[in-house]
Amino acid sequence: MANSAPLSTDKVPPTTTGGRFLAWIDERFPLSVLWNSQVAEYYAPKNFNFWYYFGSLALLVLVNQIITGIFLTMYYKPDAALAFASVEGTIMREVSWGWLIRLMHSTGASFFFIVVYLHMFRALLYGSYRNPRELTWIFGVLIFLCLMAEAFFGYLLPWGQMSYWGAQVIVNLFSAIPVVGEELSLWIRGDYVVSDATLNRFFALHVIAIPLVLLGLVVAHLMALHETGSNNPDGIEVKKNIDPKTGHGYDMIPFHPYYTVKDAFGVAVFLLVFSLVLFFAPEMGGYFLEYNNFIPADSLKTPAHIAPVWYFTPFYSILRATTENVMWFLAAFVALLAVLSFFRARRAGCKIAALVIGGIVIIGMIGGPLKLDAKVWGVILMGVSVLIFFLLPWLDQSAVKSIRYKGPIYKIALALLVISFFVLGYLGVLAPTDTRTLVAQICMFIYFAFFALMPWYSRMDKTKPVPERLT
Amino acid sequence: MRIREILTTLALVSAVFTPVYAAEDNVKLDPVEVDVNDAASLQSGARTFVNYCLNCHSASLVRYDQLRVLGLSDKQITDNLMFTAEKIGDPMNVAFPKKDAKAAFGVVPPDLSVIARSRSPDWLYTYLRGFYRDPGTVTGWNNTVYPNVAMPHVLWSLQGERELVKVPAMRDGKQIMEHGHPKTDSKLQTISEGTLSPSEYDRTVRDLVNFLVWIGEPHQVKRQQIGVWVVIGLVFLIALTFLLKNAYWKDVH
Repeated sequence: MANSAPLSTDKVPPTTTGGRFLAWIDERFPLSVLWNSQVAEYYAPKNFNFWYYFGSLALLVLVNQIITGIFLTMYYKPDAALAFASVEGTIMREVSWGWLIRLMHSTGASFFFIVVYLHMFRALLYGSYRNPRELTWIFGVLIFLCLMAEAFFGYLLPWGQMSYWGAQVIVNLFSAIPVVGEELSLWIRGDYVVSDATLNRFFALHVIAIPLVLLGLVVAHLMALHETGSNNPDGIEVKKNIDPKTGHGYDMIPFHPYYTVKDAFGVAVFLLVFSLVLFFAPEMGGYFLEYNNFIPADSLKTPAHIAPVWYFTPFYSILRATTENVMWFLAAFVALLAVLSFFRARRAGCKIAALVIGGIVIIGMIGGPLKLDAKVWGVILMGVSVLIFFLLPWLDQSAVKSIRYKGPIYKIALALLVISFFVLGYLGVLAPTDTRTLVAQICMFIYFAFFALMPWYSRMDKTKPVPERLT
Repeated sequence: MRIREILTTLALVSAVFTPVYAAEDNVKLDPVEVDVNDAASLQSGARTFVNYCLNCHSASLVRYDQLRVLGLSDKQITDNLMFTAEKIGDPMNVAFPKKDAKAAFGVVPPDLSVIARSRSPDWLYTYLRGFYRDPGTVTGWNNTVYPNVAMPHVLWSLQGERELVKVPAMRDGKQIMEHGHPKTDSKLQTISEGTLSPSEYDRTVRDLVNFLVWIGEPHQVKRQQIGVWVVIGLVFLIALTFLLKNAYWKDVH
């Protein structure tokens, strides 16, 4: 019958209740558009390997931290007199399932760093930070910075001895800054020592300020990623080989359902590892929950050995390794960089800038009356060791992205970086001795050389030809 | 390529975790076997704890009614274990005011709720068996694990008294020399017997340490029981998601 033909041929009105409801929403909010653009029709390279699980896992841990964190704040008391007992007494003993929520949160904190370190290592393997994904990388490093701040503020809250003295040591670092340092550290603490005032503000920063920024950055990180599309283990731009029939890359598959089911498998495996720690070794041999943190904070009793939690120890080691006797070597290293930059720079202005900046840094390191204390340099270098990640997209001058096509120099450099990172991390847990400090100093030079010399060695490296399509 | 990448990861991950106990001194600790599922041992430990420790040390995060989990009835708890508290829901506090304790010992005796988590069980076990007579200290007692500790030997009537004597250090029947002098070792020698034999005393201390480990995290038994089921469930989930993934991916080449 002619009169039963639909009014419009290109848009069939939905017949089911669910379909009508979705249409109602889509007229008012771009739900289907978002779902399709970000998930169902977001095309990704088909060759993601093991290393590509850690992005979605990081998101999972973030959700875990937020949800368990909300429940913890319901019983936690941000008060120097009550905090310790509210965690170890009320939450761990009396609140129904409080122990589980708390251990999910404390185990999640360590796993957040494990996952994020592996996620960052993936970027180093396959050059994910390179053009055109520089902003994805920069948002990522900002997330890492936020995560460090979040972990640092959160670690004070159980109000144990390591919470207290760790915060004391780190806030004191700011007092090393010339002129304003003392005032600044006083302003951060809100008191002359870490105290109730400090605990309250760290609580505020931990539960609302940093998480807000963190969530915003995660959204930005994902938006930037979905704009450029994901990199892959071959480091090939899959969008360059478009199949005219489908309009998508030959080597690309939609994120949903392919990577949603694959990530579901990754999540299941991750949850198993997470649960093994959570249910059977939540202290993880004193690494995830430090033994000394089961002693309530005592401002009059400094522990013999103050060590930060494991995820901060590589950077903490760099701080401790910067002693007076290493300043000449650091100055020589800066001189080398300045000279190399002088010859590398094309414009005269850049050449002069390289020498001037190098000169100022060297004077600050060894320049007699003008030199800064080694303690100040320790703080600076610890900061640089984290912030240097920002520069990675521009330091890497290799012709290829992925380690699969990079030459032996990069492979050795990356191996050395990983080894030095682990050694620094391990030494940061231990009390320093002369030998350990020397080893830490050598590792510190390797760590910085990986980044600082990259513009030169990445060019020298013999790369292999990159294929047109994924292997 | 892929296998090598996975192997690298595994090597990296396994390299990280070799447990270290924070800042232990160089004292050799005797290992103790704790078993928080052993209700009889925990009950015995609870008895020793309330009779000998709870006079000076509190365990203020623990409430008496939590001892029900050890198979004790409310009547057993109130009659045999509660000396200072009024109600069964009260925390294990001490009547000894902090100021008086400080005047008596020079320090406030620490709360023992989570002592087994800051000190290792081995440390507690060795410490509680390491007291000896020393006329040079205020209390007349000293300790091999914690030299010049402010705490006297509270369990001395059980263990008896011992003293530290120097004996020549021997190896294979020969005196060991150090910097040209004969080397000596320290040894504990019994002065007077206690009411318990050495093996009975060791068992009493073991039960006490066991109890301290248990109150350090009373839900640890439940935690591990639940953990087993969670792990079993997750193994199934891994299998299921693996098959699901393969089913979806069979057309991707």
